[in-house]
Amino acid sequence: MSFASVTIIMACLIIMGSVTLLSFNIDALIKNLEDRNEVVAFVDDAVTDEAEARALQPELEALDNIMSVEFISRDEAMENFMSKYDSSLREGIDPTVFRHRFVVHLNDIAQMAETKSAMEGVVGIAKVKAHLEYAKAFVTVRNIVSVVSLVLTIILVFVSIFIMSNTIKLTTFGRREEIAIMKMVGATNSFIRLPFVVEGLVLGLLGGSLAFLAEWGLYALITRRVMGTVSNSILSESFFTLIPFKTLALPVLVVFLGIGVFVGVFGGVNAIRNYLKV
Amino acid sequence: MINMFNVTEVYDSSGTVALDGIDLQIEEGEFVFLVGPSGSGKTTLMKLITGEVRATDGTVVVNDFDMTKIKRRKLPKMRRTLGVVFQDYRLIDNMTVYDNVAFAMRVVGAPNREIRKRVPYVLDLVGLKGCEKRLPNELSGGEQQRVAIARALVNSPRMLVADEPTGNLDPVRSLELMLLFEKINEMGTTVLVVTHEKELVNALAKRVVTIDNGHVISDEMGGYFGDDSE
Repeated sequence: MSFASVTIIMACLIIMGSVTLLSFNIDALIKNLEDRNEVVAFVDDAVTDEAEARALQPELEALDNIMSVEFISRDEAMENFMSKYDSSLREGIDPTVFRHRFVVHLNDIAQMAETKSAMEGVVGIAKVKAHLEYAKAFVTVRNIVSVVSLVLTIILVFVSIFIMSNTIKLTTFGRREEIAIMKMVGATNSFIRLPFVVEGLVLGLLGGSLAFLAEWGLYALITRRVMGTVSNSILSESFFTLIPFKTLALPVLVVFLGIGVFVGVFGGVNAIRNYLKV
Repeated sequence: MINMFNVTEVYDSSGTVALDGIDLQIEEGEFVFLVGPSGSGKTTLMKLITGEVRATDGTVVVNDFDMTKIKRRKLPKMRRTLGVVFQDYRLIDNMTVYDNVAFAMRVVGAPNREIRKRVPYVLDLVGLKGCEKRLPNELSGGEQQRVAIARALVNSPRMLVADEPTGNLDPVRSLELMLLFEKINEMGTTVLVVTHEKELVNALAKRVVTIDNGHVISDEMGGYFGDDSE
């Protein structure tokens, strides 16, 4: 019976853990993509002096929701532009065609529209280019992923408590006579509950640790498979990476043990509740 | 000590009136038989005493605990003043005789030293000296019931309550058991025995309370006058 309880805790934790880890990875991936979603603020043509243009940087940095501001002079801008094209096209282009500009990264792209208009309000900034529609899509995906993983986690916690409780109930069924006798001779409820709490605790810890090991193995296996496939495709281009398990190990272990203990103890207490009523 | 005044018990689920205006006083040190046919309310009365059921109406006081108002967490304290014996013994099969009795002391947190002293004494008292290491299923029915009595007595309760203790025993064993109850009573414990067995009740000539249909129909010294057609 205790084998069954441990197995159930393990199974639920592994499913729960896998969903959560998947959502972490999707979240990290989106974050990564978000960081590439830069906003470009063009400096007004009237400001031709580079030093004067650079002076706008602190003003931009002072705005809300700004993660980083990088100044790119018109010469650098031309260099970047030119490097993409054939040398034959470079002839006769004057750097003054390009504006001084700032490449800005935002903390939260959900507020991109507000930040964009704030940047446009800065004197000396002529125009701000931002991909609002991309930002919206990213935010939507991220929200959906977090809601789905949260809902799944909650459902699974309830399912594990329910199954755990029923499993312990089966084991306690054989001991209900013993519990009835204890009640009859005047044992307090906490005295009767104690061994079941301890049992639930031990089963929970055991289930939690085993689930952690299994999750580790599973994650390592999947990571290797996925990265193996990805590295041969166009996605290999840097942005697609999975979070290494090592950075997640401690929180996963703590959460698994925590949920294991919670489910075990709660399941144990819940299982004998009916026998204690008399 | 039991004081019941105008006790009524109506079961919520079925609306059955199990007890209807029961008055019953049992003094400290008394020996009382409670008799009556099946369905007369005996078991309900027992459950009121042990706190398994609460009275719908009226007053129930057992060993100075008001059972109609007692808090759930006070029940264990109340039950330690009561020894209970059942028809089916209710021993733990995989525990030895000694452990079955010692169990009751461990449950209430008695120190080991006291348990080692008290358990052999009580086993000797019920006539089971030398059976300490045996398992319940190696004993006869009468002996098993003695183990149950030892368990009920081991925490020195003020009152011993027995629900059909001889229901599974032959007449000779039954009489022996009743004599054991008498001995226990003479040592100072109040004894309440629920039974059907007319011969036993008559043989002991104690106070007999007869209930039927939820009412006390007689309460007299000496014999069983109720309807025995069960």
